[in-house]
Amino acid sequence: MNRRPFDPRLLRRVPAARRDLAVLALLGVLAAGLIVAQATALAAVLATAVDGRLDRQALAGFVIAVAARSVLVWAQGTVSARVAATVKATLRADLLGAVGRHGPGWVAGQRAGQLATLAGRGLDALDAYFTGYLPQLVLSVTVPLAVLARVVFADWSSAVIIAVTLPLIPVFGALLGWQAQAATERQWRRLSLLGGHFLDMVAGLPTLRAFGRARAQTDVVRRMADGHRVATMKTLRIAFLSALVLELVATLSVALVAVPVGIRLLGGGLALQTALLVLLLTPEAYLPLRSAGSRFHASMEGLAALDEALTISAAPVAPRAAEGATTPDARREIRFEAVTVAYERTTALRDVSLTIRPGERIAIIGPSGAGKSTLLGLLLGFVTPTSGRVTVDGVDLATADPDTWRRQLAWVPQRAHLFAASLADNIRLGAPDTPPDVLAAAVHDAALDDVVAGLPDGLDTLLGERGHGLSSGQRQRVALARAFLRAAPVVLLDEPTARLDTAAEAVVLDATRRLVAGRTALLVAHRPALLADADRILRVEDGRVTELTPEPTGKAPR
Amino acid sequence: MSAADPADTTPVADPAPRGRATADAAPRGRAGAERAVLRLARPYLGRLVGAGLLAAATEFAGLALMATATWLLMSAAGQPPLDRLTVAIVAVRALAISRGVLRYTERLAGHDAVLRMITDVRAQVFATLAARRSAVYRSGDVLSRLVSDVEAVQDLLLRVLVPGSAAALVGVLAVAVAALISPPAAGALAVGLLVAGVALPALATAVTRRSAAEVAPLRGALATDAIDLTHGAADLAAFGATDGALHAAEERARRLARLERRLAATGFAVDAAGVLTAGSTAAAVVLAALAADVPGVLVGVLAVGALAAVEVTLALVAAARQWTQLRPGLARVAALLDGGPPTRPAEGGSTDPTGPPELRFDDVTVRYRDGAAPALDGVSLDLPAGRRIAVVGPSGAGKSTLAAVLTGTVRPVSGRVTLGGRDLSAYAEEALPRAVGGLLAEAYVFHATVRENLLLGRAGAGEEELTAATAAAGLLEWVRAQPAGWDTLVGEEGGQLSGGQRQRLALARALLAAPPVLVLDEPTEGLDPTAADAVLASALAATPAGHSVLLITHRLSGLADLDEIVVLDAGRVIQRGRHAELVATDGWYRDQWLLQAAAERGYLALAP
Repeated sequence: MNRRPFDPRLLRRVPAARRDLAVLALLGVLAAGLIVAQATALAAVLATAVDGRLDRQALAGFVIAVAARSVLVWAQGTVSARVAATVKATLRADLLGAVGRHGPGWVAGQRAGQLATLAGRGLDALDAYFTGYLPQLVLSVTVPLAVLARVVFADWSSAVIIAVTLPLIPVFGALLGWQAQAATERQWRRLSLLGGHFLDMVAGLPTLRAFGRARAQTDVVRRMADGHRVATMKTLRIAFLSALVLELVATLSVALVAVPVGIRLLGGGLALQTALLVLLLTPEAYLPLRSAGSRFHASMEGLAALDEALTISAAPVAPRAAEGATTPDARREIRFEAVTVAYERTTALRDVSLTIRPGERIAIIGPSGAGKSTLLGLLLGFVTPTSGRVTVDGVDLATADPDTWRRQLAWVPQRAHLFAASLADNIRLGAPDTPPDVLAAAVHDAALDDVVAGLPDGLDTLLGERGHGLSSGQRQRVALARAFLRAAPVVLLDEPTARLDTAAEAVVLDATRRLVAGRTALLVAHRPALLADADRILRVEDGRVTELTPEPTGKAPR
Repeated sequence: MSAADPADTTPVADPAPRGRATADAAPRGRAGAERAVLRLARPYLGRLVGAGLLAAATEFAGLALMATATWLLMSAAGQPPLDRLTVAIVAVRALAISRGVLRYTERLAGHDAVLRMITDVRAQVFATLAARRSAVYRSGDVLSRLVSDVEAVQDLLLRVLVPGSAAALVGVLAVAVAALISPPAAGALAVGLLVAGVALPALATAVTRRSAAEVAPLRGALATDAIDLTHGAADLAAFGATDGALHAAEERARRLARLERRLAATGFAVDAAGVLTAGSTAAAVVLAALAADVPGVLVGVLAVGALAAVEVTLALVAAARQWTQLRPGLARVAALLDGGPPTRPAEGGSTDPTGPPELRFDDVTVRYRDGAAPALDGVSLDLPAGRRIAVVGPSGAGKSTLAAVLTGTVRPVSGRVTLGGRDLSAYAEEALPRAVGGLLAEAYVFHATVRENLLLGRAGAGEEELTAATAAAGLLEWVRAQPAGWDTLVGEEGGQLSGGQRQRLALARALLAAPPVLVLDEPTEGLDPTAADAVLASALAATPAGHSVLLITHRLSGLADLDEIVVLDAGRVIQRGRHAELVATDGWYRDQWLLQAAAERGYLALAP
């Protein structure tokens, strides 16, 4: 993780925030000046008050300085919140845009969850960083400097002591802080593990109950929570101790300044007003450094989110086809030429060569995890071959423009994502301007009529987050309806009837047959019912593809 | 995070991640949620009060330090003999050191007490959920919210109650001490402290609440956008809809940014007012003291003291903000704690079934809602020890309801379910699973080792038993292939496993549990037909002969050896008999069998 308190990448990536950050720095300078002004005025007020007199001018000055400081506090807060809002909006757009730039193959799996959390709630942790920590960081530079400058004029010997002791805070902070930080980080990992365990236990409650272990597990939860407490206290002791040392260092430094001032005052060698000024200002010099340090921990979550966001959105994009690249016609022959696809841990396909002729209906079977979905992913351009190539009409797919190429494909995934929008919008995903009658036809073709009739607002019914409210079979038919609207020459179906019972399967199968009619089709099948209509059957096992049907004529069988 | 300083609340509404102020948990009555939560604090009340007093002492030491130092300097200016200042010099030293030490002990004591209490809260929340037979928490968001809600309790004490009461106490003390010096000055101070400690916190509460109400829906919508764009990335790309969705999300992010900027302007006005209050209070105290002819040195003490006192009291503003943000979470936790310690296990008092556990369904009807169509309609079943039956039928026929009735999750509205002659409801909640259970719908795989997941079925099972059960489920080869073997960690919700492996693990666990009445709800879901047949056969073979089996399935293959097959449709038994009989008779079973068998034969014939 990046440990710097300010990530310079931010200025490059969010240029809109530069001006506000500059304003924030300027406000920090002004605030430091006002702190000095306020102390100066107060010292003057008190020095005259000793004799029971009121220095009206100084009191007015004090009140004005306070009023100006309060305006400044408001301005600092508002500007830092503006920075936070700007940065969050920009990074959100960047992160979500990265999904579009990299393609779905990149976002699949765990990264999807990480990205969704980060772009959704995760970045909100930046509020604490920008409104809490960053202004304090500015003040920790400007205030000590301003105080020193003022005290030099009033009493240079005190200024020397301040200048010498001031660096002790960051030095001790660094020495102790590293220790505390490492401990805190370990603690956080443990905490998330324990938090995860609690979550895991609650999520698995029905299963625990089914084995009669729910109550027994309460003790486990208590033990885990108690282990968490002990671990937390151990690290807190270190963290609090480092805070104590810093506070004592600051206190001793103030005492080092105050004692000679007091002695000179007693001896008549120093004016009361100067002594008061030094007393009021000296603690101010140490304070911002300490509070910036303590707020750093609180803003770590935000910094971590920032680091993650900047890193993810800067990830190099795989080279894409140039603008206006030729797009092959999907109604021509599709060839896999010695295609190997290797993922990080496994090899999904090994040296696969096959030819798909226009209009063929090809079923793909094989055990789960054998590489069936990868075959479809290659055609969709979600997966790029590690070696070998996929060509359409002789054109390498890697050089084709993915958007125009995909326009010729209709895809029914294993588990279609339903968006938090109306059912109609979900079906019109690829064609938002579809006229109602065409939509109605697609609904009918996908055997969705009865589903639509059963929904409170028909096609206008809003589906919840991730399509809650529809059963698996119904979702599958929404995906089919999408594919019908696509009217594409090539259809890719990934186990369209998985997770469906026989009755639902029959309905989906009928719709699938209508969809496949007259098109080139690749369908991954778990269920045998899908195989009846296939022209060819391919078996994928352990990354290798074998033909289960003899090639008709012409080409020699593999 | 608890380790951080308490001073990191920002006035921007609803900071992440906890402040998901949503409307779903409206604050109940007056601080009702807080009372419910604080009831759990009772055992640690001494520690908490101690921490509060230490916090107050810390703040007061800081205030006294500034005041005494000012007195010292202003007195020294009069050049008195040194011995008149000795006490003050000692006091300054003592206060300076003790402030730090007090803060250290206060933080340790407070965190220790609160973390002890959180342990109780976690355990109690879990116990409450465990006692609810029907509590279903599926959505990941609801679950993770539960975790952060529990932490809200921690923040309520550490960031609201302890610092808040300490600030109030110091404020009162400061006014009292000031009154000893000069009542008019004390009056001015009291006014300032009331503004800083009552008016401004109230204002901050109102502003924060309003901001949260405005921001929350937009943040929620944005979170949904993020999910749609990432989890639905493939769908969007395949249908060329990525750009449109992206623009919509960007627009929403911009709208949120505009709103946040506007709200910050209001929120930080409260902080500005705090600074103004501190300064004007000090000025007013000086004027009042001078007018009352207070000795000059004490005027200084009052002024510096007033400045420090208002600063201390302003901590209440931060506490008020924090509290407002915590309330929805607290209300949710309180709702979970409300039930009090569950008392059900004693009820019935019955323990394990005695004798052969014969399970009988006698004209059982289940209705989920009044007036709704029955999910089970007069179903009768007889499952004596050793008998094996299958329940089949189209989806929605009532198969899952049947399993739920068996395990006591759902109670029939009429009819009786008996085990060993006694009504199911007579069995203690923990005893029933020992007699009836197995692989139920949505079996959960815990983020733990393979062994731990299996041992859930039968604690204390030996290596041999683990091996037998795992082999029967067809997972043994995989376990042996793992470097860590039985201690292989399976990911969150079994994420490191494929769907098929997860199903096999759940099946192995059920086989290991081996209750006298074994329920297997779709045990081969997610497996391809060849594997499904093999796993079903080996699972049935691994079940001890005296145990009865109730198999719920949508696949009709591999049922030939079962004693009875019951066909459910719309909650009624429409056919029953052995496989051979049913295949020979016209009806749903025969139709489905022919359909499936024809298709599967084709498939199997094709497999090399």
